Amino acid sequence: MSGISQEDVAHLANLARINIPTDELGHYAKQLDAILNAVAEVSSLDTANVVAMSHPVPMTNVFREDIPGVSLTAEQALSGAPAVEDERFRVPRILDEE
Amino acid sequence: MSELIRKDASVLAGLVSSGEVSAVEVAQAHLDRIAVVDGDVHAFLHVDTEGALASAAAVDAKVKAGEKLSVLAGVPLGLKDILATNGLPTTCGSRVLDGWIPPYDATVVTKLREAGVVILGKTNMDEFAMGSSTEHSAFGPTHNPWDLERIPGGSGGGSSACVASFEAPLAIGTDTGGSIRQPAAVTGSVGVKPTYGGVSRYGIVALASSLDQAGPCARNVLDTALLHSVIAGHDPMDATSINAPVPDVIAAAKRADIKGMKVGIVKELGGEGYQAGVRTRFEESVALIESLGAEVVEVSCPSFPAALAAYYLILPSEASSNLAKFDGIRFGNRVGDDGTKSVEQVMSETRAAGFGSEVIRRIILGTYALSAGYYDAYYGQAQKVRTLIKQDFDAAFAKVDVLISPTAPTTAFKIGEKLDDPLAMYLNDVATIPVNMAGLPGMSLPIGLAPEDNLPVGLQIIAPAMADDRLYNVGAAIERELLAKWGGPILGMAPELAGA
Amino acid sequence: MAEATMNYDEAISKFDPVLGLEVHVELGTNTKMFCGCSTVFGAPPNTQVCPVCLGLPGALPTLNKIGVESAIRIGLALNCEIAEWCRFARKNYFYPDMPKNFQTSQYDEPIAFEGYLDVEIDTDEGRKTFRVPIERAHMEEDTGKNSHVGGATGRIHGADYSLVDYNRAGIPLIEIVTKPITGTGKYAPEVAKAYVAALRDILRGLGVSDVKMEQGSLRCDVNLSLRETPESKLGTRSETKNVNSLRSVERAVRYEVTRHAARLAAGDSVVQETRHWHEDTGISTSGRAKSDAEDYRYFPEPDLLPIAPSREWVEELRAALPENPAVRRARLVADWGLSEIDMNTVVNSGALDLIVEAVDAGVEPAAARKWWTGELSRIANDRGIELEELPVTPAHLKRLEELISAGSLNDKLARQALEGVIAGEGDIDAIVAARGLAVVSDDGPLLAAIDEALAADPAVAETIKSGKLAAAGSVVGAVMKATRGQADAARVRELLFEKLGVSE
Repeated sequence: MSGISQEDVAHLANLARINIPTDELGHYAKQLDAILNAVAEVSSLDTANVVAMSHPVPMTNVFREDIPGVSLTAEQALSGAPAVEDERFRVPRILDEE
Repeated sequence: MSELIRKDASVLAGLVSSGEVSAVEVAQAHLDRIAVVDGDVHAFLHVDTEGALASAAAVDAKVKAGEKLSVLAGVPLGLKDILATNGLPTTCGSRVLDGWIPPYDATVVTKLREAGVVILGKTNMDEFAMGSSTEHSAFGPTHNPWDLERIPGGSGGGSSACVASFEAPLAIGTDTGGSIRQPAAVTGSVGVKPTYGGVSRYGIVALASSLDQAGPCARNVLDTALLHSVIAGHDPMDATSINAPVPDVIAAAKRADIKGMKVGIVKELGGEGYQAGVRTRFEESVALIESLGAEVVEVSCPSFPAALAAYYLILPSEASSNLAKFDGIRFGNRVGDDGTKSVEQVMSETRAAGFGSEVIRRIILGTYALSAGYYDAYYGQAQKVRTLIKQDFDAAFAKVDVLISPTAPTTAFKIGEKLDDPLAMYLNDVATIPVNMAGLPGMSLPIGLAPEDNLPVGLQIIAPAMADDRLYNVGAAIERELLAKWGGPILGMAPELAGA
Repeated sequence: MAEATMNYDEAISKFDPVLGLEVHVELGTNTKMFCGCSTVFGAPPNTQVCPVCLGLPGALPTLNKIGVESAIRIGLALNCEIAEWCRFARKNYFYPDMPKNFQTSQYDEPIAFEGYLDVEIDTDEGRKTFRVPIERAHMEEDTGKNSHVGGATGRIHGADYSLVDYNRAGIPLIEIVTKPITGTGKYAPEVAKAYVAALRDILRGLGVSDVKMEQGSLRCDVNLSLRETPESKLGTRSETKNVNSLRSVERAVRYEVTRHAARLAAGDSVVQETRHWHEDTGISTSGRAKSDAEDYRYFPEPDLLPIAPSREWVEELRAALPENPAVRRARLVADWGLSEIDMNTVVNSGALDLIVEAVDAGVEPAAARKWWTGELSRIANDRGIELEELPVTPAHLKRLEELISAGSLNDKLARQALEGVIAGEGDIDAIVAARGLAVVSDDGPLLAAIDEALAADPAVAETIKSGKLAAAGSVVGAVMKATRGQADAARVRELLFEKLGVSE
């Protein structure tokens, strides 16, 4: 299996929005490489005719009726918020447009 | 009143409902115990003295009014800090949630409250349930009551240590790969992971959604069964919860008769890599089971050696997605918002500051395993291995009624011993993981102390899906024999905790 | 800064356009897709949220049955196959309006797929039908709403910070994606517009959404690429968002064709990017370039169980589908013998369903059309209300027409009777009786009234006899006034000419 490099870790950290300090990237890369080597064992099993498990419980069609339930009040919703303004969650400026 | 802390939950419930002892007295006795020993054990992250005494008082009022009570009314309990509790801090052992007070209760918590169970507080855990030793808690480790320099197991070390140190007769844990069973084994207590879907996951902070399950911890099988019956059941708020009656675990615990049962030893679980004393006690249990009239055979589950690898692909993948919500926007600690940075930067700083290294490691691993181009080889393949594991279990259960193995390969190791080697840490769950992968119920039962270190050893019992009651029947039968052999519960042999 | 564009006709002569349209429909269910929060529009911020749609730790989704049902019905109306087994998937990315930082959507297992929609456009060769191939329709959830503070335009660029309201987060969305639409040639803009319009009609007919583009319950993203010839491989496409009206759809397609053409002709390649449409200036501008191509790391949603719609359920839903609006219109045009223009008038007045209702109850199509697109539309407009709000039923119109045919009511009197109905005075017969509405059928009173009118205006008789027949109008008018509109104007005219010895 190809190893995981510092650059890989930096890229993944960006995808996962975790600001890993540059001097720690190498350490994580080494540990992850070891773990990946260990878990790569899964590919040694013959799974050609095996269907991936979807859910441990073999159920389907679990639905909820379209009837309103109980919502939180704005106060409850905002109770844990680090920053609030105008009954809304205040967040720092957004760069990427979606 | 300190004898109250030594009593079984079933006994305490009886004393309270008869009015012989007040629930407040019971609660206070346990709060006093916590005050004396928790400085050393550190099972609790938060003790809710006021709330506990108020709940207890409410139970007493019901007793006075002659109202019907649940089987566990007035009994104190520790709640793993991964369950959302309305008005009580919920940290999941992480700095990123330090100070968060949920505005709602997990369904399990609602059920406990309705049953009059007295919640003493929130117990310590590995951060976001990632770990096997509780050393990855952001708030310091929990110490094993048997030897304070040793780990109590993980991720739910706080819950098991809490019952093992007599701070509460009951606790709730969660188990994704062994986090109830392994701590139970290394602390000499009982822990059960119910069938996946047997207990509602609503309000339980998700680690790996397809593997997580909440379950009961106690010092004996009957108490565990009582707690199991209170928390289990279908929940419309959890689409993955089973819509069927809860198996009668209490009756099974009282039946305790395994004559004529077929018990299977899983060849691939146990043996090499397992501590000698663990194997010794396990073999004794096998002999004991046979002496009770059950037939013991060996079965082989060839996919099990790959279970650990598959687990450590599935868990990080699901966790990387489940933990994305911790970004400092809607709740939790926000770091780095000085008015100049973008939201992307603040999210990244918040998460880097709030997550410990094991959590970061697993998130990165999971992000990798789900990446475009890697999905089929890693996550996709691991889900196929899961099917193989389920098939092996199904084949085994066609031949036997329950399966047994040692719960963990070793007894409690020293704090710090395996902290630098993630892979060595992962190996603690090698016997428990296959059970979660197949969604089956499993129990850990104390079966003695390892001769070389006098530390507890656990027996794992595994039953088919929805047959949780079998665990309690088999567990209770073995327990009865061992109690007779030991002259009392094993926790009676634990060293006295002097306290600070 | 506006980019270079090429004249449209020139662009089309040089290149072959390929279209792709993605439409998001906000369903009008009572509750959100994955929780029981209300979806009513306009609530105060963060009052229609719960642990689930707020993405609080520990919360779990539960699936709205009507969301699934609507998805299936939409798929059937678009001639799609309905999956026998499918799942939700997590689309993982970070954005402040996404409470979980993943969207619960569907990835490689959409609930509906492989469908089509026929649309009609006007071409140089007349009306043509064009088949738009549909790739899939799948279920997902909407995000919260960001508002941007600071900065000049209230838009994202230059804002100091943002405020988030999660009321909208979790509202059910159905995403409908076409396959690449080829072979439209110069009619690409028209086809795009016709497709969105037809889709909107179908969705409205199904009753699954109020499909108001200007309010965001129907959103359209336009994808366009150019290639040298229809045999060339596909070119690089651009995606344009913020296309908020049918007019914008057409204009955005046209603009992108001209913009791509200019680039390609100049030897530049088209940038694969997301652009923002500006209806006021008629151009699209580049969205902020993404630094990392987003890898969504899709995997099946473990918190929700698979959906396996039984074939019985699917057929039940199919049988209960309303007729495709375009098909229905074509049928009615044929049945009623209308012209296209007449039918357009009917559709534009919003009266189609009301006319059909009346016709079904036995009213002649022409009469139903006359009343609904004529007098009743006028009254509704005057009062600023919708046609459906008028308390006029097919039974009223039927009775009205019966009385007119029998000659006991004329048009003017009939209108008065309708006024009475709208004022709540009762049914037609009761109003006619109470108000004394009746055509004067006896010639006697008519002749008397004619005499009076002639006496009042002596000169007019001579004017009429001299050949200026139009002057009869004033006499007829006077008689109608004298009889409070109850005379049969045609009969009055007849009697007048008889009296004066004039023939028409």
